[in-house]
Amino acid sequence: MKLLEINHLKKSFDDLHVLHDISMSVEEGEVVSIIGPSGSGKSTLLRCATMLETMNGGDLIYGGQAAVKDGVYADKEQLKKVKEFYGLVFQNFNLFPHYSVMKNLVDAPIHVQKRNKDEIHKEALQLLEDVGLADKANAYPCQLSGGQQQRVAIARALAMKPQMLFFDEPTSALDPELTTEVLKILRQLAEQNMTMVIVTHEIDFARAVSDRVIFMADGYIVEQGPPEEVLDNPQNPRTQAFLRKVQR
Amino acid sequence: MQYFVSVVQQIGHGISASLLLFVLTLVFSMPLGLLVCFGRMSKFRPLSAVAGFVISVLRGTPLMLQLVVVFFGPYYLLGIPVSNRWRFWAAIVGFSINYAAYFAEIYRSGIQSIPLGQYEAAEVLGYNKTQTFCKIIFPQMVKRVLPPVTNEIITLTKDTSLAFVLAYAEMFTLAKQVAAADASIAPLFVAGLFYYIFNYVVAFVMDFIERKLAYYQ
Repeated sequence: MKLLEINHLKKSFDDLHVLHDISMSVEEGEVVSIIGPSGSGKSTLLRCATMLETMNGGDLIYGGQAAVKDGVYADKEQLKKVKEFYGLVFQNFNLFPHYSVMKNLVDAPIHVQKRNKDEIHKEALQLLEDVGLADKANAYPCQLSGGQQQRVAIARALAMKPQMLFFDEPTSALDPELTTEVLKILRQLAEQNMTMVIVTHEIDFARAVSDRVIFMADGYIVEQGPPEEVLDNPQNPRTQAFLRKVQR
Repeated sequence: MQYFVSVVQQIGHGISASLLLFVLTLVFSMPLGLLVCFGRMSKFRPLSAVAGFVISVLRGTPLMLQLVVVFFGPYYLLGIPVSNRWRFWAAIVGFSINYAAYFAEIYRSGIQSIPLGQYEAAEVLGYNKTQTFCKIIFPQMVKRVLPPVTNEIITLTKDTSLAFVLAYAEMFTLAKQVAAADASIAPLFVAGLFYYIFNYVVAFVMDFIERKLAYYQ
């Protein structure tokens, strides 16, 4: 089943066309990595898909439910429903600094989804366990390392029980020795068949976890396919040039 | 020592009058400042323009002048005779709107210093606008604006002496009268001591709150 479908997405900031005509879809359980040079529109695509940016044209459909149809956004109720489909993990974590780790996880499920409190707490503890931070439940974000904060951010996104997760360069703000612990969590999620779309610069990681790799440049999807095709045997000269540069 | 006690007795009424003015001004101006701040930050241009203009007038003219205008305004503009009771409320109104303007700008600086990522995280988690402000932005803003707000509050304790232009019998007014009657400078020192003690307490309390909020960065 198609969990996410994007058709002919267009996005421009004033006169600057960032995304020209993007069409892509993500199947349930699929892990898709998006790579490309900076300025290629990867992050903007993610931000349009998560509705942090308003797209100028095209469709955005989650699980068959349209959030945007031909550039026209659905009504508030529908958008609220659609938002339940996905979670987003930011490059800079964006944890709430005044909330403890636990509260970061449980606050939205309690006050936005209005689910049962005891259940949410139990799930949150399990999630912290999964990301290896059960002992940090009462800590505050400022007491954690970058890698730990990002793992909390992943747990926070999962606490909302989304059907898919977006990652916007989840390791770019981390010291190299901290990226491994975050990538490990992403691997775990992939093994659990979590549907994920990951914007990343970690080519080796993309090769290891992705079912499909999308290469973007100048606001277009230039090439996409299984990692062994796109990463190891790229057909497009732009992909070849990019990979040569980053893998030197 | 005996003289000190007698001075305190004579200006005692003024001490409580100053304190009342101080407390009521804070009670009204701090929330009012938040409303003005919302107006100033509104995306609806006419509203933000009006709020911006009001703030600029309140900050750009003397508080003493504003107090006199508030006090005599009803008479000159509407022909309503000014009563003795109005003297008190005119002082409260004058102080409150003036301080609200300053608080509004302090709040605005606090709100605008919160990283955009906090709003985006809240949005992706499904918080609505009210929840985002009340749960995420406001608490962080409070922490950030405490030092400038402390400054403002300390200034306010001293500014209460300006109420003398309305012949409002606050501490400084009475101290001046006692000084004149006794031909002594001591009452002014006593008044000064009380302002200092006020502010010492203010600084102590604000420091306490700041330390309470220091559990996160």
